[in-house]
Amino acid sequence: MSIHVCPDCGYAYDDALGDRREGYPPGTRFEQLPNDFVCPDCAVRAKADFVCHDQ
Amino acid sequence: MKTFATTNPEKGQIVYRDRKRFLWISALFFPLGALTGVGLYSFTGREWSLVVPLVLFYGGTALLDWLLGEDTSNPPEELVSQLEDDKFYRWLPILTVPMHFVVLILIAWFAGTHDVSWAGMLALALTAGLYSGLGINTAHELGHKKSDLERRLARIVSAVPAYGHFCVEHNRGHHRHVATPADPASSRMGENIYKFACREIPGAFRRGWIAEKERLTRQRKSVWHYENEILQSYALTAVLQISLVAVFGWVMVPFLAVHNFFAWWQLTSANYIEHYGLLRRQNANGTFEHCQPYHSWNANHVASNVVLFHLERHSDHHAHPTRRYQTLRSFPDLPSLPNGYMGMYFVALLPMLWYRVMDRRLLSLPHINGDLSLVNIDPARRAAIEARYSKSLPRAVTA
Repeated sequence: MSIHVCPDCGYAYDDALGDRREGYPPGTRFEQLPNDFVCPDCAVRAKADFVCHDQ
Repeated sequence: MKTFATTNPEKGQIVYRDRKRFLWISALFFPLGALTGVGLYSFTGREWSLVVPLVLFYGGTALLDWLLGEDTSNPPEELVSQLEDDKFYRWLPILTVPMHFVVLILIAWFAGTHDVSWAGMLALALTAGLYSGLGINTAHELGHKKSDLERRLARIVSAVPAYGHFCVEHNRGHHRHVATPADPASSRMGENIYKFACREIPGAFRRGWIAEKERLTRQRKSVWHYENEILQSYALTAVLQISLVAVFGWVMVPFLAVHNFFAWWQLTSANYIEHYGLLRRQNANGTFEHCQPYHSWNANHVASNVVLFHLERHSDHHAHPTRRYQTLRSFPDLPSLPNGYMGMYFVALLPMLWYRVMDRRLLSLPHINGDLSLVNIDPARRAAIEARYSKSLPRAVTA
């Protein structure tokens, strides 16, 4: 499990929590998110830009 | 005036006073401006008074922009978090939300209960639409924030001008694709505002609806589910506007049609002038470079920025969309508009004047330097633009 953080706005995607509003249930690994995933809060950073913080 | 201060290990004591701090309060008084026409009519009984708010807003703001000029000051980065946490700034846009409902209902009441000519009715509908256009601006400021309260209020205020798809489309569509040929909300060089509007208004709705459908599909819900945030806002629009028709009669139908369209037109106008001709470079893998400050036209004019919650500090806004209005910065060498938005909205109405003011300004930007391959050009006008400009401006020097 890991947390990936948007380098622009600080949005954090936690694998354990997922993102219910965006339709990603708890346990959805960041790697499983679609390739066109962009930051749900700022939309100006894409999946490849996110910074991984391993736990 | 409140002083923000901190101590930095390298820079020592850092102090900042926001010169616009109290000017932002004027947002609470704009409803009075919108209602001046109705108020004056009550005293004078003359219909010309109904156009006063329109003249005050457009002419007055453009004139003040010219007289007061620009403010290029920025808060120190070390104090941004203090400014962002200051409740004073946070509550001002929130407090304007109910005012948009009140102003529309009051002007609708006046229009529905007074015997005015069609011209007077048009002035009333445009005035109401003008203030509801500012409601889209309030939705814009609130809709970019991360708190549920602010996002919810953004959807609520979007209901007044019947533009419920705004937050979804703007945040997940426009910001993602800004300054690319695919973005219906980024205008192209050589594209006049009327052609742009025909691409932007339906294109934005379509993109917003698709984005919301995709989000709900991931949740295994139908696009018609009550959690559809676009439908939530439009449901409120239906309650509000059908109630106005029921109470004040059929005259509300053309009144609301003009009101809604004029509110939308202000967003269209803003979108038209904010990214005209600007283009992000495409990477080898097909994605586009990150949005940089020079991918938006900026304006630092004091008066119109105060009216629009710093929307005209658009370069920083697009580079960092979740920053709050009080912390948006100006940078040197940005693409800069020669007047604030209200003045430029006027210029945009006259395509030949717009091209004359903007085209060479666009091509002279440091990152473009006459290179038409770095400009977002209307495909239908490309040949004419290349014929006109390819020899008259210096091309970027290539190694």
